[in-house]
Amino acid sequence: MTDKNKAVKKKSKRGVFLRLSKYVLAQWPLFVPAIILTLLSNQLSLIGPRYSGAAIDAISLSNGVDFDTVFENVIKMIVCYVGSAVLGYILAIVMIRLSQRIIFKMRKQVFEKLNTLPVGYFDTHATGDIISHLSYDIDTINSTLSHDLIQVMTSIYTVVGSLIFMWQISKPMMLVVIITVPVSIIFTRYRSKKVRPLFRARSKKYGELNGYAEEMLSGSRSISAYGRQEVISSRFNKHNDEAMDAFYKAEYHAAMLFPTINLINNISLTLVAVFGGILYMYSQSGVVLAGSVMFITLGGVAQFVQYSRKFAGPINEFSNILHEFQSAFSAAERVFRILDEKPEPEDAKDAVEIENVEGRVELDNITFGYVEDKIILKNVHVDAKKGQTVAIVGPTGAGKTTVINLLMRFYDPNSGQIRMDSIPTLDIKREDLRKAYTMVLQDTWLFYGTVYDNIVYGKENATPDEVYEAARAARIDSYIESLPDGYDTILSDDGINISKGQKQLITIARAFLSDAPMLILDEATSNVDSRTEIKIQDAMTELMKNRTCFVIAHRLSTIQNADIILVVKDGEIIEQGNHTQLLKNGGFYSSLYNSQFS
Amino acid sequence: MRWIFSYLKPQRKRMSIGFVIKVIGTLAELFIPMILTYILEEVIKTQNISKIILFGVLMAFCAVVASLGNIIANRMAARVTMIFSSQMRRDLFSKTLMLSARSTDAFTVPSLESRITSDTYNVQNFIGMMQRMGVRAPILLLGGISITLIMDKFLALIMIATLPIIFIVVYSISKKGVPLYTKVQRSVDDMVRVVREDAQGIRVIKALSKNEYENARYEKVNKKLCREEAYAGTVMGVVNPVMTMLMNLGIVAVVLASAFLVDKGRSSAATVIAFMQYFTLISMAMMSLSRMFVMYTKCAASANRIASVIEEKSELVKVEDEKKGDESFHISFENVSFSYLGKKKNLQDFSVSLKKGQSLGIIGATGSGKSTFVRLLLRFYDADSGAIRINGKDIRSYERDELTSMFGVALQNDFLYADTIEENIKFGRDISNDDMIRAAKIAQAHDFISAIPDGYSHNISAKGTNLSGGQRQRVLISRAIAARPQILILDDSSSALDYKTDASLRSALKKELSGTTLITVAQRVSSVKDCDIIIVIDDGKIIGKGTHEELLDACLEYKEISDSQMGGAFLD
Repeated sequence: MTDKNKAVKKKSKRGVFLRLSKYVLAQWPLFVPAIILTLLSNQLSLIGPRYSGAAIDAISLSNGVDFDTVFENVIKMIVCYVGSAVLGYILAIVMIRLSQRIIFKMRKQVFEKLNTLPVGYFDTHATGDIISHLSYDIDTINSTLSHDLIQVMTSIYTVVGSLIFMWQISKPMMLVVIITVPVSIIFTRYRSKKVRPLFRARSKKYGELNGYAEEMLSGSRSISAYGRQEVISSRFNKHNDEAMDAFYKAEYHAAMLFPTINLINNISLTLVAVFGGILYMYSQSGVVLAGSVMFITLGGVAQFVQYSRKFAGPINEFSNILHEFQSAFSAAERVFRILDEKPEPEDAKDAVEIENVEGRVELDNITFGYVEDKIILKNVHVDAKKGQTVAIVGPTGAGKTTVINLLMRFYDPNSGQIRMDSIPTLDIKREDLRKAYTMVLQDTWLFYGTVYDNIVYGKENATPDEVYEAARAARIDSYIESLPDGYDTILSDDGINISKGQKQLITIARAFLSDAPMLILDEATSNVDSRTEIKIQDAMTELMKNRTCFVIAHRLSTIQNADIILVVKDGEIIEQGNHTQLLKNGGFYSSLYNSQFS
Repeated sequence: MRWIFSYLKPQRKRMSIGFVIKVIGTLAELFIPMILTYILEEVIKTQNISKIILFGVLMAFCAVVASLGNIIANRMAARVTMIFSSQMRRDLFSKTLMLSARSTDAFTVPSLESRITSDTYNVQNFIGMMQRMGVRAPILLLGGISITLIMDKFLALIMIATLPIIFIVVYSISKKGVPLYTKVQRSVDDMVRVVREDAQGIRVIKALSKNEYENARYEKVNKKLCREEAYAGTVMGVVNPVMTMLMNLGIVAVVLASAFLVDKGRSSAATVIAFMQYFTLISMAMMSLSRMFVMYTKCAASANRIASVIEEKSELVKVEDEKKGDESFHISFENVSFSYLGKKKNLQDFSVSLKKGQSLGIIGATGSGKSTFVRLLLRFYDADSGAIRINGKDIRSYERDELTSMFGVALQNDFLYADTIEENIKFGRDISNDDMIRAAKIAQAHDFISAIPDGYSHNISAKGTNLSGGQRQRVLISRAIAARPQILILDDSSSALDYKTDASLRSALKKELSGTTLITVAQRVSSVKDCDIIIVIDDGKIIGKGTHEELLDACLEYKEISDSQMGGAFLD
């Protein structure tokens, strides 16, 4: 990596940190108390051992036990410990509130952002990926904020506080700490540098293993139809062995980490004992006078031991926490990347609101490509007058849906103009433009909710009678009434109680409710079987009546009645005209038409 | 949970050695504060510096033994865990593939997936943790307690008195926590569901300008999730401060009591210092134990989920055939009835017979029972009544392998996986390249495969997304033909082919596979109209049976479908 790259990366890391801090600082009414609580609660738990040291000193006086001092210190200890626990709990609650507020805000922002993104974003990003931003990434940030943040504050405070107290108790004994602390820090850094790639490899292998299991389970029917269970299992085992091998390697090396740090701490304790013992001995025998830096009491040694133990804990955990922070940062980076995604361009300032659309749609010299250098539509002219039907035909993957994407302004053309009632669509408020259309798509989309809610989705203020009428028109009413709860039946994504064809009929019912002057049918009946299709044919005809329609279909009956037929091949509109004209032309359309009779 | 032991049994030798090493290491660790006390209490009095240093060295030695013991034992534990979980996962996966279709339906595929991925992971973690901390924590706890008891019974008892309180607190809170977190998990599911729905329905949402509505819908689940998370966190957040407080209060009690004891000359201040050391040890052990307890609840839930798969009985057992059927038919369905859920009959009184080399076409509306017919023939399910015979023998009396080797199947929404085209066609079977190419040629796949630069070794992405729908179907049909099966089943598997390719496929099948019994399930009349027998299914019942011409005359529904599709498959 070049230095420049490194600098950029460092800068972006700082950017993420600053941005994340802004979220935290915005919650200052919680964050400031949290800091104060952390300080107080740690202070209390830090001075606890001091009082216990004082109490022990009072016990070990040569002229008997000084009960007054003991009682005084014991009460102080109780106050400290109880106070620290209470404050600690309040702090935990405050931090949970704090992180929940931040998380709530973040999730909300991301979700609302998603709704403003152009459709293209969803075409190019896998759903699972989008979901993982809102679940996994934000969860990672959440646990860091609610747990690790306190931990870090506590750790720093404990380390610094312990050091200060240890310094006060005995300066010479600090020598021990000065040696052992850097050793454990260096060791941890060195080790984790070595172990981290192993853990990364381990996660990767786990991911592969899980991916393989998921992939194969999705094909369990075929595997069992072909009796391939053993072969697939043996392949799975290869992944399994690899993952377990990576697990073992990581564990093998990581197994050193904690015991070694423990060893360093124990050695440090030993040194404290030996050194402290010697000092205490000299202090007792009068070689070292009271008041000298070397002087130490037995209670002092005990306190020192306790503080050095206290202080070992955070050092052990520090490397762990650092790692957590790193993953939280990269999660935050991914979240921010969504938030920085370019939304659909704003409506023009002078965009007009339109109502009562007539329904004339013109495509004037349209050129478009999803990517700049791959033009899909070239110089397209279409003039659909009110009430006319435009059929778009052609082989799959030829770009039929592109026209619809442009009409709905899911994408904007590279050049040329689309006009609705002679007004350029770029000058119309997007919401009004889209409301002028109603759509039935091949991929039926229903959400988790009642049948009723799913139908009424197209028109919130529809009356129940209108909804029932729409269901009747789409020939789905008798099915709905046969459901256990009728219109109140909850539809779920993978419910076995509804077929693909029935789902499509529900979306058709949704379209019936709408009174938009223009209609888009993209393979609207592709999942409906032929007999049902015949049954709803009249209804579809009625739906299309008096509306300007754009239809992608493969059934001849629909196509041949269209006023304008666009023949799309390899992304280009190669022919245009009505059925009779196109047949007479003897082009691609007529060859397709004739091939079915061969 | 018990099945875990049977997996650990073969490793008992390694486990016991690891256990012994761990015990030695842990005991060495226990000695450290003991020596520390001895130095402060006794050695210092001797005023002998070399003796202090000697004991210091001893202490350091113990520290080294403790660390080495822990390292070695942890590594052995990692090995045990590795072997254990690799076997567990292996068995679970192969069992999952062997489940009957009915059991798979009951478990549901996503749930089986998470059992293989996250549940095995939970159990694995617990097994590892149990070995690492399950030995250490109890020894530290018991050792700490017994040493303090030896040092001073009275003080020890005071300290021990806090332990049950701590245990009860931790136990009752974590017991509360489990249902709370289950609830949180469900809310996460709700939240994810809304996001998934939105990502998939973004066109509809934008078309209807429902942004606000969707935002409100999301806000509701988001709020609920945050509220539940906060509540669960607030409840569980009690554990740590309360535990620390109780332990610290234990120390206070010890200090106080020792004041009286020292006053009566029954104890020394140095003992109190040592006591505190052990107390730290004991409290750390308690924390480990309580963490293990939480892990245990999680592990037990997962272990039960795994066990329920492993112990699931295969319902499709081999049944001896009592009476032979008519051997002149290759396949026969005799009054077969079947229901998935036991409520509605999905197939009813279904009878059809085919001679070897004949072809059968099945047509009908979505949900009418076409695919159910195929599933019964493949014995994914057993019929509730009636019999299905192949060569006169009940299919339940065949060995599973024998039965599957007779079929070549291309199912609806079938399965391609990330590997080469060659591997996807061969599907782990021992098939020669000649047979593979022959199959691809019949399936009309050879031409497009040859047109790809790396041909058959071209890599297909997961679910075959880098192939078009028609290409996918042709690879699947190649797979079905490749092993030269006696019976070829094409379940709605040429729907994405254009009319011309479909026709070439039909004629190639007829020409090249004349001895093969062919079953075609389709929505298109053109795909089945040349079959020797066509059956029309409606609502699980046969409503028409015969040739294309016969049905046009006799079956009104068939005629309707045919008329509507006359040229209907146009431009597909």
